[in-house]
Amino acid sequence: MNFAVLQFPGSNCDQDCIHVLKNVLGHNAYLLWHKETSIHNADAIIVPGGFSYGDYLRTGAIARYSNVMQAVAEFARQGGLVLGICNGFQILCEAGLLPGALIKNRSLRFRCEFVWLKTSNNQTPFTCVAPKQDIMRIPIAHGEGCYFASKEELAQMRDNNQILWQYCDSKGDITPESNPNGSLLNIAGICNKEKNVAGLMPHPERASEEILSSTDGKTLFKSMIQWFEKQSR
Amino acid sequence: MSNMKAKIIVTPKKAVLDPQGKTVQNALEHIGFKGIKDVRIGKYIEVEINDMDRETALREISKASHSILSNPVIEDYSIEII
Repeated sequence: MNFAVLQFPGSNCDQDCIHVLKNVLGHNAYLLWHKETSIHNADAIIVPGGFSYGDYLRTGAIARYSNVMQAVAEFARQGGLVLGICNGFQILCEAGLLPGALIKNRSLRFRCEFVWLKTSNNQTPFTCVAPKQDIMRIPIAHGEGCYFASKEELAQMRDNNQILWQYCDSKGDITPESNPNGSLLNIAGICNKEKNVAGLMPHPERASEEILSSTDGKTLFKSMIQWFEKQSR
Repeated sequence: MSNMKAKIIVTPKKAVLDPQGKTVQNALEHIGFKGIKDVRIGKYIEVEINDMDRETALREISKASHSILSNPVIEDYSIEII
């Protein structure tokens, strides 16, 4: 499978994603500079984390208008798989490819730590490979990860099973204490109505090898691979 | 015709929690300022515009405010052209 990993000025998790996709999972992955107008022969796109354009104006606000994002939007319209991680999630929301927005953490603090995640819908291209346990341990690192959407939007997302991951405690209970940033409904990640575009604040690429103390993040990439291979069979 | 300027004020929507505003409100109360009901913190953007008629300027700046200068999901904006 061919993954394209976008690269903006200020991206800093692009190489980590390439490493996991290539060296850990044995698939093809290449970087795609923001000035590119084509995604070439990508089967899936990863919008990685970082601080694109220095987070100026709003996180993701400027990256969203880059050349490559126009090509990504077209790819998504045709049903292509797109995953946004952290800043990538913020960019996809700004681009309108995902509903809602990410605002400053309620604590006003940058949070950098492992969190527990509950997969709320395991029938999507991003969640179809279930983690070994019901819950996953994956790190976050963000200052603007508080998920917001209007009440109407949230209700619609719930009805369409678009809430994919929620912050929980080590027992899998979704509690206010386990919410690291004030996100509505403890939302850590969501997908679009069509289920081919997803975004999450935690970093699965930082939890894909034993040496990093968790391999739970691998299930996200494995899900995309399995989904894609099933479809192209 | 002299150059015009657009002043754009972007504020978080009422339904959106503004932790910065809340923190500043608490600080104001702590310092002893009385009668403070609410504090919201937004952004002020100044744009200098080349010669064009006011109507066109307002239309262009409105488009810019809606598409990039603010995020309509979480923010409101107001424009003044001077």
